[in-house]
Amino acid sequence: MSIERNTDIEIRLLIEAIYLKYSYDFRDYSGASIKRRIQYALRQFDCKTVSALQERVLHDPSMFMQLLQFLTIPVSEMFRDPEHLLAVRQEVVPLLRTWPSIKIWIAGCSTGEEVYSMAILLREEGLLERTIIYATDINPSSLEKAKQGIYSMQNMRLYAENYRKAGGRGELSDYYTAAYGNAIVDSSLRDNVTFADHSLATDSVFSETQLISCRNVLIYFNKTLQDRAFGLFHESLCHRGFLVLGSKETLDFSAYSDKFEALVKPERIYRKS
Amino acid sequence: MNGVQAIALGASAGGVTALLTVLHALPPAFRIPMLCVLHLPDDRHSHLAEVLGRRLKRPVHEARDKEDIAPGTLYVAGPGYHLSVERDHSLSLSQEERVHFSRPSIDVLFESAADAYGPGLLGVLLTGANEDGAHGLARIKQQGGRTVVQDPSQAQASTMPRAALALHQPDYILPLNGIGQLLASLEAPEC
Ligand SMILES: C[S@@+](CC[C@H](N)C(=O)[O-])C[C@H]1O[C@@H](n2cnc3c(N)ncnc32)[C@H](O)[C@@H]1O
Repeated sequence: MSIERNTDIEIRLLIEAIYLKYSYDFRDYSGASIKRRIQYALRQFDCKTVSALQERVLHDPSMFMQLLQFLTIPVSEMFRDPEHLLAVRQEVVPLLRTWPSIKIWIAGCSTGEEVYSMAILLREEGLLERTIIYATDINPSSLEKAKQGIYSMQNMRLYAENYRKAGGRGELSDYYTAAYGNAIVDSSLRDNVTFADHSLATDSVFSETQLISCRNVLIYFNKTLQDRAFGLFHESLCHRGFLVLGSKETLDFSAYSDKFEALVKPERIYRKS
Repeated sequence: MNGVQAIALGASAGGVTALLTVLHALPPAFRIPMLCVLHLPDDRHSHLAEVLGRRLKRPVHEARDKEDIAPGTLYVAGPGYHLSVERDHSLSLSQEERVHFSRPSIDVLFESAADAYGPGLLGVLLTGANEDGAHGLARIKQQGGRTVVQDPSQAQASTMPRAALALHQPDYILPLNGIGQLLASLEAPEC
């Protein structure tokens, strides 16, 4: 029992050290997942204890950047959960159209797959030209990859299938060129995209928006931090703006549940009420 | 055995039948919450909770992120996400890497539940054709909880119970009906 207890103490100290030194705030992330991520990192870095990892992280910023890759779970897909994007296309786009100009915030955009999926959808619906997309994340290397928009060709078959199921009007290959085993996304898709470092845990609202997509980020937060994020979204969204979440994320247990109404509940599409 | 606050169950191949056999033994008013990972195909939607709920005539829910654990309810992990228990006895989901090729993984549920409930947890590992759950069950024991492994000689697939037995000595090794009786006895009035 006592070894386990030591680990828990060390994890708290590490999280605190990261906050004090690097201003990344993981204190209100969901504890079970953070513990697994740190234990995974211990094996990767060949550290015997969390205290040993803490010493390295504190004295070597490059070590912190490496640890950040484990703490942030940078996994994504293009047109992930196609039914969700189909519902966005069918139910949200017709209403979005009624705004003369549109601002969209993709919070926790990771390596950009979600951003390009949204941009393709908007281009096919004729809305991309009058849309500004803010794509934010806390992981600088993910943001860098997102800006480049280069993905392994191996994943494209899955993404193309997702794209079709999501109601794609052409072929996914219309939007990238293949080179050396990679798919290079059409750079005009990001003409109106701003990629930026922004944390839902520590930063505040930067713009009014009509649609916010925050998918597969909130499950890694505890209730307190989820409510902070919902607070930001509520503040940023204009009257009757849209909030879309990941397929297992819900407003149901949040203090904000009565401040939004479900437009397509199974697809986690909400509207500010 | 008393002081059990929650029961964590894990099963793979043959798991639905095994689970039904065990849980049919429980009285309708059984109040200890139960959490279950059954390995599933990666479909987006699963009918497991519905099926179990209908057959068992007791509350069965697919576990939802940040939901508080309520008495008398069986929570099952949905496909594609790991299920964990937090220290405040709420549930959380995650898409971290697979464990033993599985997501949801039994180890992930057991290890987090062991941290959350300590001596108040009972872990139950049933039939299965891989080694998920063995480490988690050992962790439950290490944190002061109690453990039960289905008798491998009677399991539809014995790999999973055998892997658990290779790692630690559980409190009980029982066939399915014995496990059912044991669980049912947890809330029997003490004499
Ligand atoms: C699993 S990815 C989700 C990517 C994408 N939204 C999707 O659904 O495919 C989670 C992302 O959330 C980001 N993240 C974690 N904590 C964050 C925070 N406090 N603020 C903003 N983004 C955060 C991580 O860096 C990571 O890129």
